[in-house]
Amino acid sequence: MNELRGLALLLLLQAIGESLAHALSLPFPGPVIGLILLLPLLRWQGVRESVSAVAEFLLAHLSLLFVPVGVGVITHLDIVAAHGAALLLVIVMSTWIGMATTALLLRWLLRHEANDG
Amino acid sequence: MADFVQLWVYLSSTPLFGLTATITTYVLAQAVYERLRHTPVANPVLWSVVIIGSVLWLTRTPYPTYFAGAQFVHVMLGPAVVALAWPLYQRAAEVRRRGRALVVAALVGGTAAAGSAVGLAWLLGLPPEVVKSLAPKSVTAPVAMGIAEQLGGVPALAAVFAVLTGLVGALSARYLFTALRVPEWPVRGFALGTASHGIGAARALQVHADAGAYAGLALSLQVLLASILIPLVGRLVP
Repeated sequence: MNELRGLALLLLLQAIGESLAHALSLPFPGPVIGLILLLPLLRWQGVRESVSAVAEFLLAHLSLLFVPVGVGVITHLDIVAAHGAALLLVIVMSTWIGMATTALLLRWLLRHEANDG
Repeated sequence: MADFVQLWVYLSSTPLFGLTATITTYVLAQAVYERLRHTPVANPVLWSVVIIGSVLWLTRTPYPTYFAGAQFVHVMLGPAVVALAWPLYQRAAEVRRRGRALVVAALVGGTAAAGSAVGLAWLLGLPPEVVKSLAPKSVTAPVAMGIAEQLGGVPALAAVFAVLTGLVGALSARYLFTALRVPEWPVRGFALGTASHGIGAARALQVHADAGAYAGLALSLQVLLASILIPLVGRLVP
C-alpha cells in the first residue's frame, strides 16, 4: 500500500506542477515543480515511507523509461541521415567537455575546501 | 504462415505489443548486460533501442503504433522526475556541507556541456531547430523535451539527443576518467550525472554505490538548474 500511496503522491504533485506551470506560464517543466514541492513534504515520516518505496523502484529502473523515447529516433532518420556525422561529433564532444569540466572542477573545489577546513 | 501473419498484424496493432516489446526487450538486454559484467558497450538502453527500432523498421510498423503501448512506460518519467526529490533529501546533509562546491560544479559543468553543444552545432551549420533541441541534451529526457519546447526546438528530437548523450556518457565515462586520472567515486559519479543525466546515473549506480548516489544528486541538480537557466538564456539570446 505504501508504494501505491507514494505513486499517488508523485502523480498528484506532478499534476499540481503541470497546472501551476500552465496557469502561471512558468518556464519550468511540471515535474520539476513537483520535485520542488515534494522536498518540504519529506519532513513527514509518513510521506517518506510512501515516497521512498516507489522512488527507489522508479529510480532503480530509470533507464527502462528512456527506451520508448529512444526508439523515437526512427521517426527522425531523415535528420540523422542528413546531419549524422555532425550530430555525433557535437553530442560526443559536448558530453566529454561537460563531464571533464565537472569532474576536474569538483575535485579541485573539494580539495580546496578540505584544505580550508 | 498466413495465420502467423494475421496474428502478427493483430498483435502489432494493439497497445499490448508496444508495452510487451519494451519491457521484455529491456529485461533481456539487462540480463545480457549483467552476464557481460556491465561492460559499457552492452548498455541495455542502447540495445533495447537498436532491437526495437530494427523490428519496427523491418516490419514497417509505424512508431505511433508502438508508442500506443510504450507510452505506459514513458508516462512514468514524470513521476520519476518528481521522485528525484528523494535522493536529494537523503543526501541533504552532504548537500549542505559540500553544497557550494557541488552547485558550482553542476552549474559550470552543465553550462560547459550545453554551451559547447550549441556552439559546435552552430559552427557546423546545423539547422536552428536542431541547435535549439541540442541545448538541453544533458538534462533527463522528459525535462529536456519541456525545455526544448520553451526554446522553439523539437521536443522529440531533444529527447533523442538526451538519450544519445546519456549513452555516450555511460559508454565512455570509465575511459575518460581514467585518462583524466580522476579515481574518486563521488567525483566520477557527479560528473557523469551532470553530463549524462539518468542513463549516466543508472550506469554509475551499477558501478559503485557512492558514484550512484552522487550521480543521482547531480541529475536532480541539473534538472533544477537547467530548467531555470536554459529558458532564461534562451529568452535573452533570440
